[in-house]
Amino acid sequence: MSALILRELRLAATGGSALLPLIFFLLVATLFPFAIGPDTPLLARTGGGALWVAALLAALLPVERLVEPDRTSGFLDQLALRGVSEESIAAAKLAGHWLSFGPPLMLAALPASALMKLPEPMLARLELGLLAGTPGLAALTLLTAALTAGLRGAGALGGLLMLPLAVPILIFGAGMGDPVAGEGAIKLLAAASLFLVAIAPFAAGAAIRAARD
Amino acid sequence: MNAAETLLRLDRVACVRGGRLLFEGLDLALGPGEAAIVTGPNGAGKSSLLRLAGGLLSPAAGVVARGDSVALADEGPALDAKLSLGRALGFWAKMDGRDAAAGIAAMGLAPLADVPVRMLSTGQRKRAMLARVISSGAALWLLDEPGNGLDSEGLDRLGAAMAAHRAEGGAILAASHQPLDLAGAKQVALG
Repeated sequence: MSALILRELRLAATGGSALLPLIFFLLVATLFPFAIGPDTPLLARTGGGALWVAALLAALLPVERLVEPDRTSGFLDQLALRGVSEESIAAAKLAGHWLSFGPPLMLAALPASALMKLPEPMLARLELGLLAGTPGLAALTLLTAALTAGLRGAGALGGLLMLPLAVPILIFGAGMGDPVAGEGAIKLLAAASLFLVAIAPFAAGAAIRAARD
Repeated sequence: MNAAETLLRLDRVACVRGGRLLFEGLDLALGPGEAAIVTGPNGAGKSSLLRLAGGLLSPAAGVVARGDSVALADEGPALDAKLSLGRALGFWAKMDGRDAAAGIAAMGLAPLADVPVRMLSTGQRKRAMLARVISSGAALWLLDEPGNGLDSEGLDRLGAAMAAHRAEGGAILAASHQPLDLAGAKQVALG
């Protein structure tokens, strides 16, 4: 299991796509103030939500890399022959994917929030929200990757599949910025994220098994 | 390895792929030291039979029973393209709790151990897949067209490895179009 997680991290690091979600996230944070204009209160009010949209799309970037290459190369078959369950494979991929984009995104949120002129308490809430929400985003990406493995145009289809399911995370994540309703939002965000993390290994495992036939 | 143990038993097995019946009523038993060669035209279900034997597909009818350890070499390299050959094979050897050196030596891959997998030729890739099977220590080998892409020296090495495996009490189920160096192998004709 740990060998599988290490392999996922190595693939993310050597695939050249490790920095992609990070760069994408910072790109949005850089472009957004240009589009809105230098209106500090407006930026502070909308910036948190924009960063959440960026985080969601950044999580989806490696969707075609997560499962499909392992399916076509026979990697999943070789693991199955060795008695590794599809659920363990999916859980390892989930852990590897989150480690390769969650913590880096939380780091990138520091410069991003400065670009968005977010006030300090807001930054703290954003970081807390990312910590709670990114595992859910990783779970959704894995689920989408497993369901669309082997289909043509998997990337576009994956976006369509994932985005509706990501709406709760987006609503509660961005809702954390609200000073009054923020308390409840973090709990709901954590609950939505936990639910996705809990079902993803089983659903993705079943999808990998079904794709074998 | 228990000498009386059957390493693979197919009992009246049928295989349906994409709604089409490929074969039915297939019986086969492989004990220690035994081998079988599956022949048949393209699309007759040779690869499907190997995947059935490995448990990657479920039979439409009948029973498939096998020992715990199975190794498969099919068209999927399952080696990380950016790693060196030695490390890519080492990943699987570690999974199996073994050392990759035996397979690397048996297939003559030692000079290529530092070469990235993506730089390998078709034949070298085939050798690498066979090296993984040799290192796995599995009692039952499932080989899908093991001779494809191998030069005569590679075929000799393959023959020697298969003979050594059978001498140690292993069994081999191979699907092949070309003649393989498997003395006394059972013939399974599909289609």
